[in-house]
Amino acid sequence: MSTYWRTFKTAAWLGWEMDSNWTEPWLFALYSIVKPVAGAFILVLMYVVFTIINGVQDLSAFSYMYIGNSFFIFVASTMFGTFQVIQSDREWYQTIRYVYISPISYYVYIVGRAASKIAVAAFAVVVTLVFGVAFLNVRIDFALQDVPMFLASFALGLGVLLAIGICLGGISFLTAKHTHGLAEGIPGIFYVFCGVLFPLSVLPDWGEAIGRAIPLTYWFDITRRLLAPDSSIDATLAGYDDGTILLLLLVSSIVFFGLSVFIFKTGEHLARKAGKIDMTTSY
Amino acid sequence: MSAATARRSDLRYRLSLNLRSVFGRAYPRVIGANREPSWIFFEALLPLLGIAAYVFVYEAFRDRAIAGLTDPAQIEAIKATTDGLVASVVLGGTMVAFWLNVLWSMASQLYWEKEIGNLQLYMMAPMNRMALLGGMALGGMFMTSVRALSTLVAGILVFGVAYEVADPLTLVAVFFVTLIALYGMGMMFASLYLLWGREAWHLSALLEEPIFFSSGFYFPQAGLYQVGGWARAVAIAGTFIPATLGLDAMRQLVLGPTAFGGQLWILGVGQELALLAVFAVVFLILARYALAYLEMLAKREGKLTSRHQ
Repeated sequence: MSTYWRTFKTAAWLGWEMDSNWTEPWLFALYSIVKPVAGAFILVLMYVVFTIINGVQDLSAFSYMYIGNSFFIFVASTMFGTFQVIQSDREWYQTIRYVYISPISYYVYIVGRAASKIAVAAFAVVVTLVFGVAFLNVRIDFALQDVPMFLASFALGLGVLLAIGICLGGISFLTAKHTHGLAEGIPGIFYVFCGVLFPLSVLPDWGEAIGRAIPLTYWFDITRRLLAPDSSIDATLAGYDDGTILLLLLVSSIVFFGLSVFIFKTGEHLARKAGKIDMTTSY
Repeated sequence: MSAATARRSDLRYRLSLNLRSVFGRAYPRVIGANREPSWIFFEALLPLLGIAAYVFVYEAFRDRAIAGLTDPAQIEAIKATTDGLVASVVLGGTMVAFWLNVLWSMASQLYWEKEIGNLQLYMMAPMNRMALLGGMALGGMFMTSVRALSTLVAGILVFGVAYEVADPLTLVAVFFVTLIALYGMGMMFASLYLLWGREAWHLSALLEEPIFFSSGFYFPQAGLYQVGGWARAVAIAGTFIPATLGLDAMRQLVLGPTAFGGQLWILGVGQELALLAVFAVVFLILARYALAYLEMLAKREGKLTSRHQ
């Protein structure tokens, strides 16, 4: 266990250095904020344009979308932070062969490398939410007694995200340099099917079924329930109470952890067999 | 004058050499990149999901807006404008592929080549370095066009979008002039990124969502002018990205200038096409200057090929 912890700590430090040592802290902070805030502004303008054209305002829908989008920053950062490790070490720094043969758990190393991205994402989420409440009339009503439930669901949500990221990492052992395709595309699945920006009821039946099968749907739902309990949006998960959703998250994070270990080991095995562990696919 | 020098200064030889360089650099992007079939999933189908999310956002707004209405005319009007916005999103989402290609496969490419050790080979080769950038751009345009077209067709089929192209020639002209301006900008950034080092790499990451926002990839960009104040400044700054005017002109051509009440267009199509042509020329000239400056620095400082700086 101490080896795992040491690996995690060292990988987290390495990830932080790689992410941040190219510039001054203030510029790094600026970069970390501008990207997600601009992402939120795309939605703000979509809402504004719709309102201008049709002359109808819907602040509940706007708040629903804004809060979901803010927490989605964790999805993009955590997943990118995990699955890009293999491709950046392999294609960019070409150091994967040295890290891979060292006596550490490569799985834990990847989780450690992702930690710095999660920390930066947390900062960006807070800034985005505060900005929304202060300037965009986003409605948040977070009660103190909900803090333990929020923290528990948050930890489980991050656990699921890390597990999904590792699954993708296992697959990327075998694929070409598709980091950006993956970074844009896979979070897109969750963006569409997990009720991040709109209630599941907007989706066709098959889409709603997919959404209900993805644990992140429940994470977004419980987060929104805790932060904006007065929302008039029907999220189509009203039949579940908070405890049930937390339990679903717990079970799914365990399942996804097992799945991540299986896919990661399988990908690793196949890559070793095909001699792809340290391939480069530049074009 | 030696025979070798005379040959190097022969126009026909130089032209042939540079054309072969263009072809040689475009080749891996046209042929090599398509040998890896996984691009169909990663670069044609996955982007559709991002587009789908924004489509559903507009549809969610529409459903909420018409929920309490009884007037059929009003309901139809809201449905029609939502269809227009959905069509705008599909077109914008398709053009995202070109912007990402310009950022990651043009602007960042020389820096990437330095990191993997190819840049010194390029610098030693006898061709003009603009031919190298030109080959990268042509290959990138082709590679991305294939992917973008796949995404567009899938988007039209999946979301049932209808485009009415009244003036296909102008549409083709706008599209290609936009691409030339965009890739000219990418060629200029390629040299600058190399000079700026690792910071430029992060700049590419930074130029995704903020440009999607300021260029109006997912909404008619003139909406920013309607907000006023700071948004107007963002809109004006965004206009210097060729995708902004190109996308606005293409939307007018496929949706009709009267779509959205005609109140959400930046300029007329003719004016936008003229501005794009100016951008194309200016960016290509600036790319040439940036490259010359880079070569001068390379000779003076001798650290062009030092990695991880």
